[in-house]
Amino acid sequence: MNRIYLDHAATSPMHPNVIDKMMTVMKSEFGNPSSIHAFGRQARHVLDEARVSIAASIGAERNEIIFTSGGTEADNTALIGIAEANKARGKHIITTEIEHHAILHTSQYLEKKGFEVTYLPVNNEGLISMADVKAALREDTILVSIMYGNNEVGTIQPIADIGALLKEHQAYFHTDAVQAYGLVPIDVNALHIDLLSVSAHKINGPKGIGFLYVREGVKLQPHAHGGEQERKRRAGTESVPAIAGFAEAVKIAQQTMAEKAEKYRTFKEILLARFEEGGIQYQLNGSLEASLPHVLNVSFPGTNVESLLVNLDLAGIAVSSGSACTAGSIDPSHVLVAMFGKNSERTKNSIRFSFGLNNTNEEIKQAADETVKIVSRLVDK
Amino acid sequence: MKKAPKDTRVVVGMSGGVDSSVAALLLKQQGYDVVGIFMKNWDDTDDNGVCTATEDYNDVIAVCNQIGIPYYAVNFEKQYWEKVFTYFLEEYKAGRTPNPDVMCNKEIKFKAFLEHAVSLGADYLATGHYAQVAFRDGEYKMLRGIDDNKDQTYFLNQLTQEQLEKVMFPLGHIEKKEVREIAKQAGLATAAKKDSTGICFIGERNFKEFLSQYLPAQPGEMMTMDGKVMGKHDGLMYYTIGQRHGLGIGGSGEPWFVAGKDLKRNILYVCQGFDNDLLYSTSLKAVKMSWVANQAPAKEFTCTAKFRYRQTDSPVSVKVLETGDVEVVFAEPVRAITPGQAVVFYDGDVCLGGGTIDEVFKHGEKLTYVG
Repeated sequence: MNRIYLDHAATSPMHPNVIDKMMTVMKSEFGNPSSIHAFGRQARHVLDEARVSIAASIGAERNEIIFTSGGTEADNTALIGIAEANKARGKHIITTEIEHHAILHTSQYLEKKGFEVTYLPVNNEGLISMADVKAALREDTILVSIMYGNNEVGTIQPIADIGALLKEHQAYFHTDAVQAYGLVPIDVNALHIDLLSVSAHKINGPKGIGFLYVREGVKLQPHAHGGEQERKRRAGTESVPAIAGFAEAVKIAQQTMAEKAEKYRTFKEILLARFEEGGIQYQLNGSLEASLPHVLNVSFPGTNVESLLVNLDLAGIAVSSGSACTAGSIDPSHVLVAMFGKNSERTKNSIRFSFGLNNTNEEIKQAADETVKIVSRLVDK
Repeated sequence: MKKAPKDTRVVVGMSGGVDSSVAALLLKQQGYDVVGIFMKNWDDTDDNGVCTATEDYNDVIAVCNQIGIPYYAVNFEKQYWEKVFTYFLEEYKAGRTPNPDVMCNKEIKFKAFLEHAVSLGADYLATGHYAQVAFRDGEYKMLRGIDDNKDQTYFLNQLTQEQLEKVMFPLGHIEKKEVREIAKQAGLATAAKKDSTGICFIGERNFKEFLSQYLPAQPGEMMTMDGKVMGKHDGLMYYTIGQRHGLGIGGSGEPWFVAGKDLKRNILYVCQGFDNDLLYSTSLKAVKMSWVANQAPAKEFTCTAKFRYRQTDSPVSVKVLETGDVEVVFAEPVRAITPGQAVVFYDGDVCLGGGTIDEVFKHGEKLTYVG
């Protein structure tokens, strides 16, 4: 079967250049970057180069990058690390209802540890309001964590406005940029971001590697203790091949950013146009304007997400829903619940298409036509 | 014309047990387009976050990957609660002994799940039940599984033509022993997995404790039919007709058994001796009848019947009433007929259908103490 992968927000295939880079490093630079001998120095050189280019991609300095095992660890480190190191200044944290679980579950953990968390609501396009941020902000707020672009519906939050607001406040500003990074330009200085989480495998890099940007001077409590790696903020021998591959992926992401934005906009147009022509009912979740280029979330009234996903998979189309579905437990997507309320049918009949570098117009057309067929069948039933 | 196996999509209901694993394997070997689906009907996540459904689904995943078929999960917790569990509680409240497996097959597996399978383009739904489907004389027949000891037609008695048309039971013609052997030969992850026992949503847990979470228990008196108090009962719902264990009546002589219940007065009747006359009846009335052929074989007919799972058949004569209910007269008195359980009819190996035991009679007189 000719399979079409439209689930790049879940993970993306590694770029051949990334694989080549990693192969080279694995073969020839196997040393431990902390060793004093020639082998160690070689590995350290690879690590440093990667760190510099990755830092540059967001306008940061090399010593502001902490490599982590991925986005989840970066988020955990940011929230817990800031909370613990700054609790003398306050115990209040602000985040949103539509964060990734890496933020939400960590926030709940912190609540159990005595911190107070405000979860900002969103409107039906998935946007928070600046008025809500201002209203929630208190003297004892130590951290505001608001995701850059949402992984389920793609909504981009007013990051610059939040950054500007917090410039004069003691609270640090963290953003989970796992989905946005590499798709939209990000400059941590222009946006006044203090901490930022990124994962490599969403941008054609390897799994198991990510980074947390931490602005120089930000007080952060480390959680992994041991060696002196990452300036004692994250102990453990660095995964040099993965980091080298990550840097390569970053390079590709930066180079292709404009091209992707253009290409994915066309994909969205093709999908929506074909749904229209196919005569099926659909509703866009989120907006086309303030949205990540690669994410399109659509509701198909009269269907249910379980049947949709399975039917599409059996037809060779890989898409997903926001709801984590393990062992048949369907918790409706918390993002769609925040946008439409928990009784909305949209929480039960929406799927996410997310695009990647290798997708072609042909594939998108095929996926659209297959979707139309399946939706028509499910609705007619 | 029938489609070739490779163009025939079969959804297999996979529980994570050895039976459904082998059912999927056999269909795959026969060349069908097989899709494995795990049904989640009940959430039993415990305080440690451990959920047997998650463990079972992990087994389904392992087996499907071994066989080389796609797998998915579907959630019917809501439907199960509404159609099966609510019925289960209602029956216990009414002092009867329900059979949730029969209800689950009727409302969930061969209704909601079958519809889901069809919505996925399935031509057939297969399960690991020990039963057979045959097309004879212009209609679908449901036959007992050839493994006498495992035959599950008792639980499937509510299936009708519309369902059988779309159902496959790949294990119907093989014995359980062989199923284990096939699983072992193929190295399936579930080859040595223990068979599940008891009611699925209760599992290995204590039945009394489980039920008490949902229904208030009202302890009361336990007495003989002539009014001699023999002790206390923990709540009528915990007892079923003919039950021996858990009465706590000591003393010499023959063991004691549950003979019946008086729901109004909250009394549990007991009697002494396995073959006590009070435990026997000669006829019953059954309701909620369903016939495999979509209609009864005749207004009146003789056949054999089972009143509980794994019982040997008893010869009976059946009379279909105007209402659709049936009167079943036993050739010989039968012990411990229990309202709420299923009565299932057979013509040789052919399962004719069945219903729910509603009233029990002895020589034409209703046994009010039984229900």
